[in-house]
Amino acid sequence: MRTIYVLWLRQIKRYLRSKSRIVGSLGQPLLFMVALGFGFGPIFQKAGAGNYIEFLAPGIIAQGILFTAMFSGTEIIWDRQFGFLKETLVAPVSRMEIMIGRTIGGATIATLQGAIIFILSLLVGFKPSDISSVLSSFFVVFLIAILFTATGTAIASTLDDFQGFQLIMNFLIMPMFFLSGALFPLNNLPPFIINISKINPLTYGVDGLRATLTGSSHFGLKTDILILSIITSIVLAVGSYLFSKIEV
Amino acid sequence: MNQAVVVKNLTKKFGDFVAVNDISFSVDRGSIFAFLGPNGAGKSTTIKMLTTLLRPTSGEILVNGFNPLKDQDKTRKSFGIVFQDPSLDEELTALENMDFHGIIYGMENNLRKKRIEELLKIVELWEKRNLLVKTFSGGMKRRLEIARGLLHHPKIFFLDEPTLGLDPQTRNQIWEYIRKLNKNESITVFFSTHYMEEADKVADQIAIIDNGRIIIQGSSEKLKEKTKKKSLEDAFLSLTGKKIREEEASGIDRLRTRRQMWRGGRR
Repeated sequence: MRTIYVLWLRQIKRYLRSKSRIVGSLGQPLLFMVALGFGFGPIFQKAGAGNYIEFLAPGIIAQGILFTAMFSGTEIIWDRQFGFLKETLVAPVSRMEIMIGRTIGGATIATLQGAIIFILSLLVGFKPSDISSVLSSFFVVFLIAILFTATGTAIASTLDDFQGFQLIMNFLIMPMFFLSGALFPLNNLPPFIINISKINPLTYGVDGLRATLTGSSHFGLKTDILILSIITSIVLAVGSYLFSKIEV
Repeated sequence: MNQAVVVKNLTKKFGDFVAVNDISFSVDRGSIFAFLGPNGAGKSTTIKMLTTLLRPTSGEILVNGFNPLKDQDKTRKSFGIVFQDPSLDEELTALENMDFHGIIYGMENNLRKKRIEELLKIVELWEKRNLLVKTFSGGMKRRLEIARGLLHHPKIFFLDEPTLGLDPQTRNQIWEYIRKLNKNESITVFFSTHYMEEADKVADQIAIIDNGRIIIQGSSEKLKEKTKKKSLEDAFLSLTGKKIREEEASGIDRLRTRRQMWRGGRR
C-alpha cells in the first residue's frame, strides 16, 4: 500500500511543480471551447439542436482528460530515459504495485485537469443541469482517466523511444477525440462514422459525461459505465502484462 | 557463506548474439571487487542479471545466498545499486528521492529518517536536501545515488561505472566514501569502471571480461605479474588487445543523444 501511495504522491508532486505544464495543457481545451463553441453555436441553434456550449463542454472536458491521461501513461518513456524506471524496477516491490501506483497517480492528475477545464467551461457559459449531477460525473471522469492512463502505459511499455510517439498522437489520440461525438451529435451520421464511434472508447466517456452533466445522452448512462468498465479492465490487464515484460 | 556473489556457467544470449558466455566467478564477503572490460564486453549485462533486471539464458547465480530468479524480493532487499546512467527523479528534492527509496524498500519511518540524515551527512548533501535534484551537478547527483543505494542497509553494493564523466577530485571523494562504507559497514562492493587506476587502488580482486568471457581473475599484483606489465592499464591492454570496440546504439542511447542536444551535456 505504501508503495502505491508513494508512487501516487510522486506524480502529484511532479504535476503541481510543473506550472507551465498545467497552464499549457489548458490552452487547447479553452481554444476549442471558445472557437468552436462560439463559432458553431449559431448554426447549431438554427438547426434546432439547442445550445452548442452545453453540448460541447462535456466533450472538451473528456478531451482534456484523454490528453492528460495518455501523456501521464507515456511518462514511462521519460522515466526510462532519465533512468528512474530502473530505480523502481530493482526495488523489492511487484510490477503490479508499480503499475497501480502510476496509473492511479496519472488518473488523479487527469481528473484534476478535467476539473479545471470544467471550471473554465463555466466561465465560457456552460450550465450543468444541477450540482448533484456534477458530483456523479466525477465517477465517469475518473473512469475515463484510469482507462487512458492505462492505455498510455500499455503503449509506452512497448516503445523504447519517442519515434513512435508522434504516431500515437496523430493516429490514436486525435482520431479518438474527433470521432467520439465530442464535437457533433451521433444522430443521422453516415454509417461508417457511427461504426467507428461505436468502437471508440472515448465515445462512451463523452456520452457518460454528457449524461451526468446535462441529462441528455445517446446510449444511456448505464450502458456508458458498463462499456467503460469492461474496456478499462481489459486495458489494465493488457497494460500490466506489457509493463511486467519491460526490460531495461 | 563467505561468498557474497557466486556465479556458475552464466550465459546470456540476445537472439544469436552471445553477450555473456559461460562465465563463473565468486566475490568474497566484505571485499571490493572490480569488474573490468572494454565496451560491450558484457559488464552491464552481467550486473543486470545479478540484480534481477535481466533473466539469464542459462547458468546459476547466488547473491547473498539468494537466487535472483526465485527469491527476487529477498535478493533485491539485500543489494544496493548505482546504475551507469543517472536514475534520480530530477523533479524531486534530494530528500524526496531518499524518502521514496526508503518507503518502497519498506523501511520503518524513524529508522528511515535517521539513516537518511546519517547518509546525506556522509556524502555532504544534508545542507542541500531540500533542493531539486535538477539543480545538482553531476558529482552531487552521483553522491546522492550512492547515499540512496545504501539506505536500506544492503549487504552488497553494485556500482556500474560510478565515476564516469566526473573530475578527478570528485572521483577521489567518491572512492573515499565507498571505502569508508566498505570498512565501517563491511559492505561488499562490486564495481565496474574504465579507470584502471581506480581498480588498481581500491579493488581486492579484479576480473576482466572480454567478448562475454572472463579472461583473467585475481589481485592487481597477480594480473601485472602474469602479463609482466608495470601498470594495470598496460596489463589490461595486453590482455584485451588494442582494437577499439564498436557498440550498436540502442533506442535508449539514441534518445539520450537527442536529449543531450536539447539540454547540453548531462554531467
